Amino acid sequence: MHVGIIFFLVILGSVLFHIFTPWYWTDVASNWGGMDDTITLTFWIGGGVFIAVCLFMIYCVFKFSYKKDRKAEYKPEDKKLEKILTWATTLGVAALLAPGLIIWNQYVNVPKNAIEIDVMAWQWGWQYRLPGEDGKLGTTKVVNINDNNPFGINLDDPFGNDDVMIQSDVINLENNRPVKILLRSVDVLHNWYVPQFRAKMDAVPGIVTYYWFEPNKTGEFEVLCAEYCGVGHYAMRGGVEVQDKQDYDNWLQQQETFSDLIAKQKILENEKTKLAKK
Amino acid sequence: MSEDFNDNKTIQAQSSEAISGGGSGIGADADYVRPAEVADQDLYHGHSFITKWIFCQDAKVIGVQYFLLATFTGIIGLILSWLMRLQLGFPGLAPFMTAEHYYQFVTMHGMIMVVYFLTALFLGGFGNYLIPLMVGARDMVFPYLNMVSFWSFFVAVAVLLASFFVPGGPTGSGWTLYPPQAILEGTPGSGWGIMLMCISLILFVAGFTMGGLNYLITVLQARTRGMTLMRMPLTVWGIFTATVLAMLAFPALLVGALMMSLDNVLGTSFFMPTILKAGEVLEYGGGSPILFQHLFWFFGHPEVYIVALPAFGIISDLISVHARKNIFGYRMMVWAIVGIGALSFFVWAHHMYVSGMNPWFGFFFATTTLIIAVPTAMKVYNWILTLWRGNIRLNTVMLWCLGFIVTFVNGGITGIFLGNVSVDVPLSDTYFVIAHFHMVMGIAPLMVIMGAVYHWFPLVSGRFLDEKLGKWHFWLTFLGAYSIYFPMHYLGFIGVPRRYFEMYDSPYVTSAVGMNEFISIAAFIVGAAQFILIYNIIKTLKTGKPAGHNPWQACSLEWLTPSVPPEHGNWGDRLPTVHRWAYDFSVPGAKEDFITQTTPPSEVANTEVEKT
Repeated sequence: MHVGIIFFLVILGSVLFHIFTPWYWTDVASNWGGMDDTITLTFWIGGGVFIAVCLFMIYCVFKFSYKKDRKAEYKPEDKKLEKILTWATTLGVAALLAPGLIIWNQYVNVPKNAIEIDVMAWQWGWQYRLPGEDGKLGTTKVVNINDNNPFGINLDDPFGNDDVMIQSDVINLENNRPVKILLRSVDVLHNWYVPQFRAKMDAVPGIVTYYWFEPNKTGEFEVLCAEYCGVGHYAMRGGVEVQDKQDYDNWLQQQETFSDLIAKQKILENEKTKLAKK
Repeated sequence: MSEDFNDNKTIQAQSSEAISGGGSGIGADADYVRPAEVADQDLYHGHSFITKWIFCQDAKVIGVQYFLLATFTGIIGLILSWLMRLQLGFPGLAPFMTAEHYYQFVTMHGMIMVVYFLTALFLGGFGNYLIPLMVGARDMVFPYLNMVSFWSFFVAVAVLLASFFVPGGPTGSGWTLYPPQAILEGTPGSGWGIMLMCISLILFVAGFTMGGLNYLITVLQARTRGMTLMRMPLTVWGIFTATVLAMLAFPALLVGALMMSLDNVLGTSFFMPTILKAGEVLEYGGGSPILFQHLFWFFGHPEVYIVALPAFGIISDLISVHARKNIFGYRMMVWAIVGIGALSFFVWAHHMYVSGMNPWFGFFFATTTLIIAVPTAMKVYNWILTLWRGNIRLNTVMLWCLGFIVTFVNGGITGIFLGNVSVDVPLSDTYFVIAHFHMVMGIAPLMVIMGAVYHWFPLVSGRFLDEKLGKWHFWLTFLGAYSIYFPMHYLGFIGVPRRYFEMYDSPYVTSAVGMNEFISIAAFIVGAAQFILIYNIIKTLKTGKPAGHNPWQACSLEWLTPSVPPEHGNWGDRLPTVHRWAYDFSVPGAKEDFITQTTPPSEVANTEVEKT
């Protein structure tokens, strides 16, 4: 008797925990609210199945526990029942899969007006690059990276000169404008993840990966590395600040471009040679 | 029970008659059925202590050896998990706990539990002990190879544990061992540690292949007369199918481990692209880190089912015996096992939705992954329908079965979250994943192992385990483990990433501190509760209630050996002949509520048997 009661309390406790939990997802701050909706739907269907199966089991424990003078039913199979259950399950699974795939279709198809951002990861930090007025990022190579060229931009690529370089681990984004995050890494796997945006993707050395989202809440958010990248993984944080258009434009104007950086370095070098001559 | 004992005696008497009858011996015994088309297997009978108990060729002893070594390794994994929970619940309490150590413990805990504990225990332990007995064979078909299999496993474990003592310590690259970080500085144990891990895995796979071939050929070739494939207990079906998966999946791991070792030692670039490390470009180039992930998960996902399928099979048998009712929908159960096994080779990349592989793969792998939920759900329905109108003994074994159903369904449902590609995006690499796989392939299989231990201990030792201790063990483990992993899912919703040594003061995770403390305390209790079983075993080996023959009134062959515990060669003079499936419980018209597999139809003439 007590066995059934304890199992029942476990199920009841699970439901109550789910209803009253203070631990739940953060408010979504991007266009991916559909992911939350699919999770909720899965909770309803999956949770319903979990509760139904467990309650059925508990009922059996109450109703059919051992009595010496009783014999169990002898029924090797029931084809009709098995068929009904198979099709009902298939239907339930399809109902969950469909919205999942629809949202995935949106996830892999980036809107045309998305601004591209180069997110470069290394052990253990982040840096960001935005396209300049030409709207295009210059191509890069890991071997080009040095103090004078922190992003490894190919010097013969004309698109690279006006790229905006943000040598900080915090990037600003314009509210309500889709961004395509282009991820690359110079050493090991990383993952640029902001829980409130829901989206994530690994940064893989050797290739460029991508995902997109559209921030829809202004404010500051923390970036966490979500793919294990060695002993400093837990400390690999960054930041995002989502701003309205005006604030964002102001911020953008203060940033340095690649050609600015080259010019500055030339001046420095000239001064050095002058000093050496003296 | 006593009747059954007499049956065995009669068979023995008949067989000795047949032998003393001279000539072919067949003519002297009218009922005699040749048990096999080929001559009986010649067995090597050890006489010294070493050949009997150490380098032993008896599958039952090898099974126990596997069981003990896997359990020993599992206890190390358990202690590592305590150390991890100590850090997560009470950071800074243990002065020796650096980030390096934490990641090393995470890695070793994962690898030990998945490969060296669960896989070795289900296939090496239960497989060796039960397959020959359940199919009516005298032993595995290649006993010598079987012995070598165990000792390869022994060396693999020794190499694995040796990595705790080499310079740099064991690898801390996570149990998935993803390159490039696994072999680059910046990850603990990137030199010796990862090297020994790869060698240990290669040894494990080699040893396991020897054992696996044995299981397969024994099931296919050494079944006794009358034991058709569709009469085999589901335990054998589960282990058999899991072994097929292992034979196909482990080579991918072997190849991955070999290639990574070459990258590490010889400087090849299978998995290594151009890498900038501390301002210098390393001498690698052109390799693909994602290739390793494909190899790893082509092994890694079937691996989940290598653990799950034997568990499915065993739990089916336990539920059926203790509910005194045939397993519902046996044929569906067999096809579900085979179907899940086949499908498990087409779902691996659902571990890689956000790995940077071509995102269009997501559509395919999400669909295959959710299809696999259908046969799995059918199995769950059939377990609970077996309880329906049964005559359920609520003993310790049944409690573990019920605990299994709850944890497995819970973990299976969260699997639908993670398999459904776009739902996986926010949840992957968070504690939701940790909670999911611990529930479904940690706790649920553990429930099966424990149920199986309480069920078959009387066969192995001839004595019952103590029921009262068993119930304490169950409730502490079940309630404790459920309260560890159920709330942990919600940490994943907040977005707490996995493999974080410390959270600092991220605004949305500070609320998780209280839960982390609670989970850690629960983990300490659940871990400690496992020692109740060890105490129970030690205590009852000498003083436990003697079990006698077929104490649970089961139908399957392993309970029908002439002596308990079964001797080397299992069957005395003559192999058993099988007349029916392993689930003839509560047949209308039968005197008892079970008919053993060896009972010929003439002895139960008035019964209405539907399935034989």
